Amino acid sequence: MTDATNDNLTGHHPLHGSEKGFVHVVPLRLLLAVWAALMVLTVITVGATWVDLGCLNLALAMAIATIKASLVGLYFMHLRYDKPFNAVILVGSLVFVMLFVIFALFDTQEYQPELIPGHAPMIEQ
Amino acid sequence: MAGEAAADGGQGHEHAAFLAHHFETPKQQFESGKLGMWLFLSTEVLFFGGLFCAYAVYRANHPEIFLYAHKYLDSWLGGINTAFLICSSLTMAWAVHCAQRGQQKRLVQMLALTLLFGCCFLGVKYVEYSHKWRDGLLWGTRFDPAYAPGEHGHGAEPHGGQGSADVQQSEAAGHDPQAGGGAGSSEPEGDAAAAAADAGPAGGPAVERTTLPEPGRGPSGLAVRPGRSGEPVGHGILERPSNVHIFFGIYFTMTGLHLLHVLAGMAVIGWILVRSAKGHFGPDYFTPVDLVGLYWHLVDLIWIYLFPLLYLIH
Repeated sequence: MTDATNDNLTGHHPLHGSEKGFVHVVPLRLLLAVWAALMVLTVITVGATWVDLGCLNLALAMAIATIKASLVGLYFMHLRYDKPFNAVILVGSLVFVMLFVIFALFDTQEYQPELIPGHAPMIEQ
Repeated sequence: MAGEAAADGGQGHEHAAFLAHHFETPKQQFESGKLGMWLFLSTEVLFFGGLFCAYAVYRANHPEIFLYAHKYLDSWLGGINTAFLICSSLTMAWAVHCAQRGQQKRLVQMLALTLLFGCCFLGVKYVEYSHKWRDGLLWGTRFDPAYAPGEHGHGAEPHGGQGSADVQQSEAAGHDPQAGGGAGSSEPEGDAAAAAADAGPAGGPAVERTTLPEPGRGPSGLAVRPGRSGEPVGHGILERPSNVHIFFGIYFTMTGLHLLHVLAGMAVIGWILVRSAKGHFGPDYFTPVDLVGLYWHLVDLIWIYLFPLLYLIH
């Protein structure tokens, strides 16, 4: 009934990947392991707020969030086993968002000294 | 090749029923669908990227607002929501796994569980939003807090009474005499202890509040400046900075848009659930389950970043 693997319509596609189908199936154990890692990382993220590292707190939170995002992307979203172009699309969009944010931050810091005093508290008057 | 495909399609093989005529193999069709989905997801990333940019700019320029206002949010609720979404991502990926393995019954169960976790997320969101609505922690001119941050959970008692054990209260109360002395213009508008002095009765709502910054206040927040009693204020959290409503504008826009995405995702998952129950999916055709899963994982991804940025500011 499900002859997809054996029925090569064009005759030139060799089988690759899992025997059961035409695409890799992520093993259930791996899914559960990733889930467990994500839960642990969430606990760590919340716990890290009770430790005061100054400006490192934000960097640490973002680093942990990026690890979690990578786990979700690689395993849940199958990027680890897909053709690399899918990952290129995702990473590319993130790169452009980062460019967006970085340039906006550069810009906004640039004009701070010219703003009305008293409304830019981070800049020395 | 096209002739071969047409001939096989005519024989009624199950997989061929789902194979569109412009694709050569189911694998190619599946990968094309996935590519299209990833392109859509990249537009979603850019969509939220704009909001993250707004967040970054405001937080860089006015960290005191974020430091102050984020205490109104409950990290535990946020953390529980994160856990719910992570669990829903697991069940969604599991559902795709079941579809690929042809496990029909479990596929339906996993999709139903994903919806259940989504509903749990919605429930917590409802609790959070309703509390904020009740306590006046809203956007723009609707920002009208019933209490200072850190006091929630004690019942939103208007802190017109000064008996609160909160350190903030006693510090703020220390500034009362000066506030009464000034023409009200030097007092932060939300400080209901002073507002009570203005309004008379120990009740918040009677006071006319504005979110417009008073003229001539000078720097606010973390910048050290003499308090009204002549001593340096020191830590900016003890006194409410101006324009705190901006935090809530950003908060509601980001979480609200995310909420809309969750709702849309749940609707689509519901549709997939119905189709799964009808047995539309199997190892030869599971593309819709996979693609909806990708969307759902992205919704989870966005929340993974929203949570620390909004709830866990330090």
